[in-house]
Amino acid sequence: MYQYDEIDQALVDARVDEYRDQLSRRLAGALDEDHFKPLRLKNGLYLQLHAYMLRVAIPYGTLSGAQMRMLGHVARKYDRGYGHFTTRQNIQYNWIRLEESADLLASLATVEMHAIQTSGNCIRNISSDQYAGAAADEVDDPRPWAELLRQWSSFHPEFSYLPRKFKICVIGSETDRAAMKLHDIGLQLVRRDGELGFRVFVGGGMGRTPFVAPVIRDFLPTAEFLSYCEAILRVYNRYGRRDNIYKARIKILVHELGAAEFTRQVEAEHAHVKTLGIDAPEAEIERIRGFFAAPAFEVLGEDYPPPAPPVSTSREGGEFELWVARQVAVHKVPGYRIVNISLKPVGQIPGDASAGQMEAIAELAERFSFDEVRVTHAQNLVLPHVKASDLPAVWAKLVEIGLADANLDLASDVIACPGLDYCTLANARSIPVAQRIAALLQPKEAELGELKVKVSGCINGCGHHHAGHIGVLGVDRKGTENYQLLLGGSGAEDTSLAQILGPGFDETGIVNAVGKLTETYLSVRTDGERFLDTYRRVGAAPFKAAVYGEPVYG
Amino acid sequence: MAKLLTGNELLRGDVLWWTGAGWSLTIDAAVAVEDGEALLAREAVSEAVSDLALIDAERMDGRWRPVKVRERIRAYGPTVRDDLAIAGQDWR
Repeated sequence: MYQYDEIDQALVDARVDEYRDQLSRRLAGALDEDHFKPLRLKNGLYLQLHAYMLRVAIPYGTLSGAQMRMLGHVARKYDRGYGHFTTRQNIQYNWIRLEESADLLASLATVEMHAIQTSGNCIRNISSDQYAGAAADEVDDPRPWAELLRQWSSFHPEFSYLPRKFKICVIGSETDRAAMKLHDIGLQLVRRDGELGFRVFVGGGMGRTPFVAPVIRDFLPTAEFLSYCEAILRVYNRYGRRDNIYKARIKILVHELGAAEFTRQVEAEHAHVKTLGIDAPEAEIERIRGFFAAPAFEVLGEDYPPPAPPVSTSREGGEFELWVARQVAVHKVPGYRIVNISLKPVGQIPGDASAGQMEAIAELAERFSFDEVRVTHAQNLVLPHVKASDLPAVWAKLVEIGLADANLDLASDVIACPGLDYCTLANARSIPVAQRIAALLQPKEAELGELKVKVSGCINGCGHHHAGHIGVLGVDRKGTENYQLLLGGSGAEDTSLAQILGPGFDETGIVNAVGKLTETYLSVRTDGERFLDTYRRVGAAPFKAAVYGEPVYG
Repeated sequence: MAKLLTGNELLRGDVLWWTGAGWSLTIDAAVAVEDGEALLAREAVSEAVSDLALIDAERMDGRWRPVKVRERIRAYGPTVRDDLAIAGQDWR
């Protein structure tokens, strides 16, 4: 893992000191709320429905054991005993007291963490593949490049007041586990004639106006990595719309200009920018790469049977075997496995973890995964480097803390934003809908196979409803909650945008509708065909007919 | 339709309700305000309460009930954590 040098630490410590001063002036009445609000937001502190919410950055979703333990400590000392892992691979706390917020940030700084650039129209936390450095199908490790972007984008003076927020994702495999093409910039490591480079996607996003990002450069040499990103941001900063918040994201600019013209402008800008010497020297890239060197893996044979594909249709065997079949993925090193920890126990809140659970996972990371744990955009956790022979011990501990559910990418592995239970922007609750759908589908999820259900409480789409095989969007209809149903989305390498099926429902109606969708799927699918593929093959008509008929569940 | 004045307490962010003489953590202590905009402007000056807003509410069984579901959840707490919600209130 990357470790702060003295410059990194000094920057974060200085920001804590600065914020402490701002806070003290606010509490003393020397700063009014209009002036203080943008300052607290620059440190990730929002005022939500019930209380202050703090969003903490988790760079490319990677944590050490000490950092995870600190997140548990923050939950216990400064919140109400839990935190919420988000679809941006970050964590949010829902009950922060303003008067303690500077002390909280100081605590985070002791483990190289902060909440900088988790709000505002700047470059947000870089997201990446939770299997980075462990995936068997990886061209190269995306984390050094994500870290380089983190350093480049932190306090970047030119890009601190962009037209709108900006999200970048870096992955290293053809398999997309990070919804890369639904970011403002998506970067995919590729090799061409043995040379490492990037395929560059720009202008993706969800929210009010969803787009899948088009490719604007098929192969970008790594030596021009930063200058090309700088050129993209410069074109956006210059021409992105500032007159209308709903049209201010780069996806609108790319769409309105057209990918070809946008590309032409970026290339022209890049011809200039790359002469400025801002690309990282090879020595610096190697220095950063050194932090992500493979840990001291033992030379092992395949001393544990290779796991079945993550989506097993079998419930035969014991719970441990089922958990291995569904939650454990192949590692690039023989004898090691990638362990997915479900934060979706049926009946619980998707993405929530208690202080005790976080502390236990920190210990698991330290004992069994070379001190690493990852956060996924699907609101789960990953232990990336577990020795196959340690799987029983890891599983036993997960059973003890209530996180041994085996539902990765299955129907009860539902993504949900905080929704109207916490969020001021939300129009409808998303958590209870996710819980009811999970409870309804869990008994037959083995039969249903891979099925990604994603629930958002408003059009901003933090619950990624546009990327759901089944998406649910909560809206306000004359002061009451209403839920739209979408079908056919994907955030994986076969990225697509879900489309609205028809009129919306109330809470019970949407749960029933999802039940009918699954019944229809089971009746029309071919052998081994995923829900998404069935939808793509047969289209919306049979699902529409089923959903707007009689309920199949009471 | 009655108007209630609400906001969030500065130090902790707690949801507060105007009682006619000050602020309370419970909506049951709220009073309907007549000249809400003037009151809101006056209270905003103190800077002790953030995000001041006037919301619609009605009396039901002797208690205040915000008209919009958003305001009911804000008043009563998350619907998904009984331990964090205000006991005895039905957001529905």
